[in-house]
Amino acid sequence: MLTLVTFLPLAGGLLLLLLGRESHAAIRRVALLTSTVTFLLSLLLLRGFDATASGYQLVERRPWMSNPQIQYHMGMDGISLFLVLLTTFLMPLAVLCSWESIHTRVKEFFLMLLALETAMIGVFFALDLFLFFLFWEAMLIPMYFLIGIWGHERRIYAAIKFVLYTMAGSILMLVAIIWLYSLSGTFDLPRIQSLLQEGVIRLPVRQEMLLFGAFFLAFAVKVPLFPLHTWLPDAHVEAPTAGSVILAGVLLKMGAYGLVRFCLPLFPDASHKFAPWIVGLAIVGIIYGALVAMVQPDYKKLVAYSSVSHMGFVVLGIFVFNQVGMQGAVYQMLNHGVSSGGLFLVAGMLYDRRHTHMIKEFGGLATPMPVLSSFFILITLSSLGLPLLNGFVGEFLILTGAFERRPAWAAYAATGVILSAVYCGVTSV
Amino acid sequence: MPLLDHLWIIPALPLLGAALNGLLGSRWPKSVVNAVAAGSTGLAFAAVLKVVQEFSSLPAAAVPWVRAYFPWIVAGKFRVDFALQVDQLTVVMLLVVTGVGWLIHIYSTGYMAHEGGYYRFFAYLNLFMFFMLVLVLAANYVVMFVGWEGVGLCSYLLIGFYFHKKSATDAGKKAFIVNRIGDFGFMLGMFLIFKTFGAFDFATVFQKVAALPVDPLHRFGTLSAIALLLFVGAMGKSAQVPLYVWLPDAMEGPTPVSALIHAATMVTAGVYMVARSNTFYLHSSVAMHLVATIGLMSAFFAATIALVQTDIKRVLAYSTVSQLGYMVLACGLGAFSAGIFHLMTHAFFKALLFLAAGSVIHAMGGEQDLLKMGGLRKKIPWTFWTMLVGTLAIAGFPPFAGFFSKDEILLASLTSPAGGVVTYWIALLTALFTSFYMFRLIFLSFFGSARYDEHSVHVHESPSSMIVPLVILAVLSLTGGWMAAPALLEGGVNHFEAYLSPVFAGIAHLPFETQSVSPPGSEHAYMALAVASSAFGLLVAWLFYIRRPAIPAKLAKFFDTPYNLLLHKYYVDEIYDALVIEPLEWVSTNVLWRGLDAAGIDGAVNGTADLAQDLGGQLRRLQSGNARSYGTWVIVGAVALTTLFLWLVA
Repeated sequence: MLTLVTFLPLAGGLLLLLLGRESHAAIRRVALLTSTVTFLLSLLLLRGFDATASGYQLVERRPWMSNPQIQYHMGMDGISLFLVLLTTFLMPLAVLCSWESIHTRVKEFFLMLLALETAMIGVFFALDLFLFFLFWEAMLIPMYFLIGIWGHERRIYAAIKFVLYTMAGSILMLVAIIWLYSLSGTFDLPRIQSLLQEGVIRLPVRQEMLLFGAFFLAFAVKVPLFPLHTWLPDAHVEAPTAGSVILAGVLLKMGAYGLVRFCLPLFPDASHKFAPWIVGLAIVGIIYGALVAMVQPDYKKLVAYSSVSHMGFVVLGIFVFNQVGMQGAVYQMLNHGVSSGGLFLVAGMLYDRRHTHMIKEFGGLATPMPVLSSFFILITLSSLGLPLLNGFVGEFLILTGAFERRPAWAAYAATGVILSAVYCGVTSV
Repeated sequence: MPLLDHLWIIPALPLLGAALNGLLGSRWPKSVVNAVAAGSTGLAFAAVLKVVQEFSSLPAAAVPWVRAYFPWIVAGKFRVDFALQVDQLTVVMLLVVTGVGWLIHIYSTGYMAHEGGYYRFFAYLNLFMFFMLVLVLAANYVVMFVGWEGVGLCSYLLIGFYFHKKSATDAGKKAFIVNRIGDFGFMLGMFLIFKTFGAFDFATVFQKVAALPVDPLHRFGTLSAIALLLFVGAMGKSAQVPLYVWLPDAMEGPTPVSALIHAATMVTAGVYMVARSNTFYLHSSVAMHLVATIGLMSAFFAATIALVQTDIKRVLAYSTVSQLGYMVLACGLGAFSAGIFHLMTHAFFKALLFLAAGSVIHAMGGEQDLLKMGGLRKKIPWTFWTMLVGTLAIAGFPPFAGFFSKDEILLASLTSPAGGVVTYWIALLTALFTSFYMFRLIFLSFFGSARYDEHSVHVHESPSSMIVPLVILAVLSLTGGWMAAPALLEGGVNHFEAYLSPVFAGIAHLPFETQSVSPPGSEHAYMALAVASSAFGLLVAWLFYIRRPAIPAKLAKFFDTPYNLLLHKYYVDEIYDALVIEPLEWVSTNVLWRGLDAAGIDGAVNGTADLAQDLGGQLRRLQSGNARSYGTWVIVGAVALTTLFLWLVA
């Protein structure tokens, strides 16, 4: 079942290859159909999910290579399930928003988009470190082309920056994965975890810190955590709308997902040791992202920097080490995925009509486009965490969790609440 | 008791109205939009009456009456229910909000009749009613926060209602942002409450607080911290010094909005919140003193600014800040019921004053400058007489409502340990100012000769949909204080205070109240003094603007510097701009964005890339094709890696 959900998009993408280069309508329909069916299938996962059970569910495990021993090991828990749902939900929207705006190399575009979906879902389901790394890297390729081919003026610079940043992090992660294999003789995540917990493998402090650091850097780039965030504004500004939606909606979540899935359970001591520093960076990111967002003339850059701020909340929630904070972080991941995806959709629609991302040229939208501007306001409000809209719950839980642990952390982070009103106010039409 | 079990119906009614008008209103004729908007609010008022009637027959042990409808946020031990409650304080607020709200809805159908975006206006107004009702019905801080933020949102949307005007959208943003500064405090207060008591709901928290010892005098404990953090929220919402700056600008919104949101209801939410949390404040004399000081400062400074403003709505706006200051002062003095009493009477007379001002503006074809009015008394008699009632009420002339509520606060400022003689005199001087600037407004607009072009402006009385609410509010402004009147007689009971006493029951048990001092002289003497100061204000205004109209100009010239200081509102906006907003923007743009982000981090990243390219160019020369040199490099590399590895593992 997990395999089906994971690879169905890729299958659909390959199906596109059989279609004629110029039959744009058919290509779009197949892409939409594939992504929609994938979404519906993933909803079935929700039905099959047992919230009361602990551990991974719907596990699939097949031997793949014997030496080194690599398994095709997939499984899901609550976090990965919801992140996959987020992915499969956003993908039909990404297809739809590319319907009119992509005119060149239509077939390749949708192939890339669908291949990207497979890689992303794979990342969330993979339970074998090697398999995980495979999906993780595979994700880069379609994203690189999406930005580099269908992007705006400085697309090549942005695409290369994106890939190099991510690669720099993932190479360290690869080293750490191999190191772990050399210690445990397996790539299997649950197995390594239990070996570590039972004390079969003992990691000396320095070694644990190095391994943690290697994984952490890879994920921190993706989140992105200050000061590793500078690829994000460029990538967002240059990417086509669908690329931005996926980037903000899903890709950023992978960093946070990685922290929760790998860093914390595998290296608990190092996590605790580094926590104050990481929280410090997260808080700096919250405030810094908001301040820089406040003065951006370009709307997509504004949303990009606001993402730095919002994802700072996620990292804060993860590293306060309490249930309230962690649940808040997961909520915030999902909600940020939805609302920032929504904001980029709006930005794309505005660009199609006005051919600019400059905020000062937006004014007076409410009269010609009352419906669009209503949604714009609604999504903006959810993004700034207004109660009863989705953004509030995550932010509130994270701050409560942070306050329990260290009131000053919550106080600093909560200034983001004021600043988000400022930068959202800048955009109001 | 059916409706008491379904309290959610009260806020749901205006929410339904907002949804209907928002989604379908653009296709409906105005009459249908009116019926939906005013009808849903009227039904909410009726529902409140029914609830109040049912509530009155509850046994005392069943109060506060709490109903939890569904769990909203659950994360481990963190749990927030969507729960509503009714107690005596809620009853007062519900009646004010839905009663005054309904009248203002009816008035708006006349006032907005010729405006664009008609359905949008009413959808927002109904949405506001929903959030305001959630705010006052909330049974815990988080649900209260929902209403709190929601009314702020509606305020933002309605201030910026004329979105073609840049000044209007700017004012909306300012209101939203300044309120968020307050919310920051409110949120931290909530977190501290949860950390300390493990709950957010009023019943649990207040019970636990009541059992705690009072924070020692002049010492700063957790309870003081909670009280002050919550008060930061109240300062934003109730426009207190130094966060009041958004309220005068909020007058950019349509006048019924100024009446409903920025005078009668939303801005009083801070006062309500402080009164609701009275247990915290009574546990901290530091907090009480600070609240009293801030309230007094707001009351006084805003009143001085109102003395010289010429925009009819701005005078009323500063007057609102000043009156809210009185309410906050009352809370700080421990006279919570006096604060809530003033909140109620103020809702009547200030809504009346704003609506009457709207009627004046309506009659003048949009003119708001007092200096361009004059002699309107004969032309719009209904507006004149009702506005005069409002003015007498706010100025504190007996037997109008404001007299009773203000008098209670003035007395409390003498008797409370958080008050004193200085507090009393400043509060009394503020009352004098109030009387002066209000009669100045009346004389400038309704008396004298017309200072506008009578050929181009055709002054006309407003339609009955606007006049009827004015008359009803005028009646309330006259009679609204009488329920506290018997206290003036020997052995009489202040019915309002007696009704609210269960909510503020904590006062009697705490050392705070027992320290109260009795002032020299009789209560009646102070009352006479208060009336005399109001009369004096009236007299001066009459002298300046009727009898000798040349005096104000001469005074302004003579006291040039103080006059300009007041006219420019102490330059507070300019100071905030120069000290906070501009530096923050400059640092964000030049230091953080262009400096750190672009030059610093990206510079390093691009630099590394360039370096790698250079290095690649150099290294290319190593690829000589010479096997021996390759072998050397392999060995060097292996040794280096092994050394590194050993060093790391060691």
